Amino acid sequence: MKKKVVSGLLCAVMVASLTAGCGAKSTQTQETTKGSTTETTSKEAEAKKEEPGKEGKVINIYVWNDEFKARYEDYYASKLPAGYTVNFVTTPSENNAYQNALDEALLNQADAKADDKVDMFLVEADYILKYVNSDSTLDLKEIGITDQDMSKQYDYTKVIAQDTKGAQKGISWQGCPGLYIYRRSIAKDVLGTDDPAEVQKAINDWDSFDKTAAKMKDKGYYMVSGFDDTYRTFSNNVSSPWVNGDKVVIDPKIEKWIEQTKNYTDKGYNQKTVLWAAEWASGQGPDSKVFGYFMPAWGVDFVMAKNSLAKAEADGGKQEAGNGTFGDWAATIGPESYNWGGTWLCAAAGTDNADIVADIMKTICTDDATMKKIVEEKNDFVNNKTVMEALAKSDYKSEFLGGQNPLQMYCDAAEKIDMSKISPYDQGLNESIQTAMHDYFNGTVDKDTAMKNFYTSLKEKYPELKTE
Amino acid sequence: MVKEKKAKTRKKVSYAKWGYIFLIPFFATYSIFSLIPLINTFYNSLFENYRSGLTHIGPNFVGFQNYISIFQSDLLKYFGNTMILWVIGFVPQIIISLILAVWFADFRMKLRGSAFFKTIIYLPNVIMAASFAMLIFALFSDNGPMNNLLMKAGMSDEPIRFLATVWGTRGLIGLMNFMMWFGNTTILLMAAIMGVDASLFEAASIDGAKSLQIFTKVTMPIIRPIFVYVLITSMIGGLQMFDVPQVLTNAQGTPDRTSMTLIMFLNNHLYSKNYGMAGALSVILFIITAVLSLFVFFILTNSGDKKGGR
Amino acid sequence: MSNAEKLKKAVAYVVLSLLVFLCLFFFYCLVINATRSHPEISKGFSFIPGKSFGTNLHNVLNNKNLPVVQGIMNSLIIAGSSAILSVYVSAMTAYGIHAYEFKLRKTIYLFIILIMMIPTQVTTLGFLRLINAMNLMDNFIPLILPSMAAPVVFYFMVSYFESNLPLEIVESARIDGSNEFYTFNFIVLPIVKPALAVQGIFGFVASWNNYFVPSLVLKSNSRKTLPILIAQLRSADFLKFDMGQVYMLITIAIIPVAIIYLCLSKFIIGGVTAGSVKG
Repeated sequence: MKKKVVSGLLCAVMVASLTAGCGAKSTQTQETTKGSTTETTSKEAEAKKEEPGKEGKVINIYVWNDEFKARYEDYYASKLPAGYTVNFVTTPSENNAYQNALDEALLNQADAKADDKVDMFLVEADYILKYVNSDSTLDLKEIGITDQDMSKQYDYTKVIAQDTKGAQKGISWQGCPGLYIYRRSIAKDVLGTDDPAEVQKAINDWDSFDKTAAKMKDKGYYMVSGFDDTYRTFSNNVSSPWVNGDKVVIDPKIEKWIEQTKNYTDKGYNQKTVLWAAEWASGQGPDSKVFGYFMPAWGVDFVMAKNSLAKAEADGGKQEAGNGTFGDWAATIGPESYNWGGTWLCAAAGTDNADIVADIMKTICTDDATMKKIVEEKNDFVNNKTVMEALAKSDYKSEFLGGQNPLQMYCDAAEKIDMSKISPYDQGLNESIQTAMHDYFNGTVDKDTAMKNFYTSLKEKYPELKTE
Repeated sequence: MVKEKKAKTRKKVSYAKWGYIFLIPFFATYSIFSLIPLINTFYNSLFENYRSGLTHIGPNFVGFQNYISIFQSDLLKYFGNTMILWVIGFVPQIIISLILAVWFADFRMKLRGSAFFKTIIYLPNVIMAASFAMLIFALFSDNGPMNNLLMKAGMSDEPIRFLATVWGTRGLIGLMNFMMWFGNTTILLMAAIMGVDASLFEAASIDGAKSLQIFTKVTMPIIRPIFVYVLITSMIGGLQMFDVPQVLTNAQGTPDRTSMTLIMFLNNHLYSKNYGMAGALSVILFIITAVLSLFVFFILTNSGDKKGGR
Repeated sequence: MSNAEKLKKAVAYVVLSLLVFLCLFFFYCLVINATRSHPEISKGFSFIPGKSFGTNLHNVLNNKNLPVVQGIMNSLIIAGSSAILSVYVSAMTAYGIHAYEFKLRKTIYLFIILIMMIPTQVTTLGFLRLINAMNLMDNFIPLILPSMAAPVVFYFMVSYFESNLPLEIVESARIDGSNEFYTFNFIVLPIVKPALAVQGIFGFVASWNNYFVPSLVLKSNSRKTLPILIAQLRSADFLKFDMGQVYMLITIAIIPVAIIYLCLSKFIIGGVTAGSVKG
């Protein structure tokens, strides 16, 4: 009897899924036939859907997560002209899926129906040049965004999005300058002071950073958490791009990172962690011996603040001084200025809704009032000098940083960032060198083997590049 | 009598076409969704054809240049990695599964709750390999519970950095493959053993045969077809190993590319849209798998196999 | 019972308990993590449940950009249909090879054994180009139909027919005037039901957990399957990145399969056994 019930259940489940499957399939078949029917019918269909002109009423924005979608909904959605819809096409960046999907769409742009065309897409610093240097992005001047509109933006955010001829192909609403965020109590214990200006003297350049690291070690602390923590401060300040013509060049700064990190690892100045790992995160919490982290504003407010708590918010803990290491931190410039993160908006060539795309960009990336609201409501560091400088001079206080106002430091750092030495291959190269060198730092392989592995993985990623 | 004769003659004359008819759906599907892509892949392997940024390079005919490049790479190393990773998981898997299957099938042992055990051991198979890898990663991380345990038990003073060592990583991959597949194998083998006429076991034990003798002389020969099935499917699975090392090592095959499997290597070329190289690698993989599997298949089924020959 | 046998039994129980502990342990870890908040998880592992179960569940189910319920439906449709199709067509193919004499029989059998070895990833490139050309991107069809040609299931079914389907049954059905399709559908299939069930659940689980090809085919949010949604959640931006939600979604993804499996396990395990004994 039992057996019968079970097999009945099996049948029911299978029948259910089968019928559901059939239903779905038949509707899909209809849809696909619609898409692939003869030209006349599809033209008719389009003509019916869109009134005069070729413009579709759907704005397609390609993204890899919801961050921009949230900004769009909070600060633009209400301004969208009636009759239009904005469609976010989200592909996770895992395994390069986002760029693959985007590339596919951009390459098919000419053949796509008006409502399927990519209108706007988002890119990150590490691969922005791949798109900026292509014909798939529009010069923002063509859609009516002027230099004047962008005059309050930080220079590096503009330079990074210019193609070889200097055309502005991308725009961002954020700036992501980074600082060195250190533990006040450890600073007092080792350096005798927690004053940011004094601490800055101890880490003003890499030589003094090394010396301080040795002092930290003597007292049982770690200068940085792991292998990747200092990487961006070096890779952002290289003297030449990763790739020259089609040849990969290892910059002295990268060499310096390898040498320094190996040295730190062998001497025990770091905890051998990898970025974002549990050990890396717990280094920001109670019972940690890590002196400091290189972090941009978002990393301080959204990563460190949460990780610092002894009693998590879910358990009724609060973000207040005394809960874990919250409030026991301070910010200082550190040895070098650098940028970490950021998202740029690009207008896709062939867009049928250029006006709306331009308006979204103008509103979110250049409008003072909107940007001020973004800072106040979302804690973003916005790409607007006027807004940020004004806030820097206000009585803004960061509880996490023990009452310090770090904004002026962020502003100063943002002015100093130089992103002119990036290449279209940065994403793959940065990833590969870090992965390959981890083995070297861990002592699994020697440096030559690590370099060999780096080149091997490059050949797989970029067949056109020449190594050595 | 007459009727039966008629039927037999009819079978010889006209039923052959039904054999073909029953094969149509399979071959129609296969031709469309596998054969055409396969031929396309073969064809592609003769061209230089990849994407650099948004520009498409090729297709330029280059003959066997892609194959030469593949053979100049560390192909053998990745093949070795793949086989090692498979063996680490498969050896314990087949041993444990055989033992469990014998136990479950042994009526004299009267194991209580065997239904419960049989159900539970299959469960790890329903977890997504990627999710499973995430969990293992957390469990065996430097500050993870495994290290806490080891340190509290005084077995180690410092955290063991499993994933920074070659054999730590390989061992964990083997462990996961073992966990995910031993239940499945046990069920298949048990089914085969239970198919054996119980009187055979009885006769053997009356004759004074020891458990081990019963196993080698009676059980093994009978369950051989299913054993071959398990071995071959597991080997295919092993050669195609991808998800577990991919997620555990974050697609890098670390450390020192010692857990980079063949399919991960292929995936690296797919990732960069290098159709030519990926195509050539696919063809090589196809040949490797075909040769290996046919070899195993014939060795194991050669004697006493009546299949297909009747 | 002799001492040796008692000892053997004791060993059996110890080994089994250990394995069961291991198996359940991973599920335990998963569920525990689903009850913990992101900062707790990122700080390290714990075996004690957290208090965020409700929050995580609420967050996952109400995530506007993550149609979880739709995802479950999509996964059910795809996995269910492909499991049924693959089992049915494979049984049909195996029956064709097993029950009929024809010229190419041996060749075809060898051919299928050979193609069984080809890794799916090998054909991915061509497959994607093909379905792009066929205008089937972002569609369930290329994820369901190809499962009809499942050489591994075919191989299992042939072996099963060999030992469990005496051709006399087919003969006598013919004498009774049954046509070939009727014989296959209503006489042969019921006999091999246990094998169908086993391969069905294996196929279902494999398809349910499949990420590689679906992630390349499915584009729009409303068509995505659970593994893709999990990947999407894992690559959320730093503001939304929440391991608690990730673990919760993984747990949710396991539940339907685990339920189906647990309901069927007696049937499957018992069925395989009963089926084999006959042969």
